[in-house]
Amino acid sequence: MKSKGRTFKEKAEFFSSFNIFSFFPLFFFTLFIFSSCSLKPAQKGITIAGSTSIQPFADQWAEVFMAKYPGRLINVQGGGSSAGIQAAMTGAAQIGMSSRELKPQEKVLQEFIVAWDGLAIIIHPSNPIEDLSLEEVRKIFAGQIVSWKEVGGPDHNIHVVTREEGSGTRGAFQEMVMGKERITKKSIVQDSNGTVREVVAGNPYAIGYISLGLVEKRVKAIKLDGIEPSLENIMSRRYRLVRPFILVTNGPPTDETHDFIQFILSSEGQELIKRQGLIPANLVMTEAKVGQ
Amino acid sequence: MGNRTTMKGTESKEKLIRLFLLATALSAISILALISVFIFTEGLPIMFRHGFKKFLFSLDWYPTEGHFGLLPMIIGSLMVTVGAMIIGVPLGLAGAIYLTQFSSKKVRMVVKPMIELLAGIPSVVYGFIGVVILVPFVRENFGGPGFSVLTASIILGIMILPTILSISIDSLMALPPAYREGSIALGATEWQTTRMVLLPAARSGIIASIILGMGRAVGETMAVIMIAGNATSLPRTILDPVRTLTSNIALEMGYASGEHRQALFATGVILFIIIMVLNTVANLTSRKMSR
Repeated sequence: MKSKGRTFKEKAEFFSSFNIFSFFPLFFFTLFIFSSCSLKPAQKGITIAGSTSIQPFADQWAEVFMAKYPGRLINVQGGGSSAGIQAAMTGAAQIGMSSRELKPQEKVLQEFIVAWDGLAIIIHPSNPIEDLSLEEVRKIFAGQIVSWKEVGGPDHNIHVVTREEGSGTRGAFQEMVMGKERITKKSIVQDSNGTVREVVAGNPYAIGYISLGLVEKRVKAIKLDGIEPSLENIMSRRYRLVRPFILVTNGPPTDETHDFIQFILSSEGQELIKRQGLIPANLVMTEAKVGQ
Repeated sequence: MGNRTTMKGTESKEKLIRLFLLATALSAISILALISVFIFTEGLPIMFRHGFKKFLFSLDWYPTEGHFGLLPMIIGSLMVTVGAMIIGVPLGLAGAIYLTQFSSKKVRMVVKPMIELLAGIPSVVYGFIGVVILVPFVRENFGGPGFSVLTASIILGIMILPTILSISIDSLMALPPAYREGSIALGATEWQTTRMVLLPAARSGIIASIILGMGRAVGETMAVIMIAGNATSLPRTILDPVRTLTSNIALEMGYASGEHRQALFATGVILFIIIMVLNTVANLTSRKMSR
């Protein structure tokens, strides 16, 4: 007993001799070392900026790339497709991300389609509607069609679910479906693909839109103008709500940017894209091929 | 001699402690000052650029197109808060009166800590319960999409209940027993005693509890985002979805950039002003009433 008490006291003395403040110089020293470490590769790093819908995926690409090539630094920023294209043109970013096709005056940039993403219009599985035209979807989201009866469904108000202002998915939907029409202010707003799906899964009269990769059994993805959002229809581009994920560079890519883009287009990068729920780049016909 | 030096020692020690406590108090205030300076410098420029009127009285919130009308959110915040008070205050007061005046000590010992436990549940859990249980219930029984002013008010009312209840109980318990005994001795019934003697005497504490509850209702974000539906239109009935000022900031902060981001800080400015006004009014009335 006695010896136990003594060791305990000794221990206490031992620890109290380590004054907390004596650690401070050490702490600052480590801080200094770390900060100088992280500064060095920043000079060599590249910046990628643009579409907020690509951003979360690009974060992962950059992570995997940097793990594979230690010492490389890739800085991913948002800002929106147009801002990204602008940044690539002015040189503010080495690579711009765009989740829409380039406009003719933007074609001076070199573009690399790295993946495709589909948008699915989803409703509750108990809803008898199977098929809507693009026009009907637009009118529903604009608040001009307010009852399911008007499109051949049950006599009940439609509960429109949309994403928050600024979201890339909302931007794509606005562009591909709504055009100049505004999404009704009365729509329920959710802040992620997951919560939109959750609301639609729990409400028999709801309609929403989410990324195609996230559709599951609890919701029904409807046909658009009679065309099912299947991989086949997307590959042939018969299903219209598909958008490319494009990386753009001003002129031919330099060594560093070239490495990154090649990594994403490699089988390893494309495998990663598949795992992220996107559609690999080579599976979909580009606009030019559809035209032929 | 020795005695005097120790006296001096304690005095200087006390001075030190006083200084230390003053520094803590000031640091709390300086954080408040920092927050206000930050919000105002980020939010005010855009309000000047577009005009206060547009922010306060326009119904159009299309931040990516340059329309920053916050009126639906201001009214939404007020509606949801008033709704929460309508549900939370009577329930909380009734519970406090029952537990202090009419229940046995045993019941109080069990019930009060359990209700206070409610205050410790994270708001996201309330939101989740709201989405899973209350939203479908409201949709099926009252109509509308279920995400509504009503749903948010009910959940917020439950969330502010423990604040109102426990502070009201404390202020009722703090009254001298002579108040109650004297009133009963004069022939008043228990209910008359409670209504005419005890409640007026405990007024300032009860009002403080209501103010604190209101503060929580105005500031609550997570649960409201999950159950209120967040539509930017002005709600016509209590079954329509609604967006509050706090949820407007939290919802759109993720992707906002440029003017959109500044407009969210402007939302913060307006929220800040509303909370200041509410607090001042509440403080003034409580001071007036306790006189």
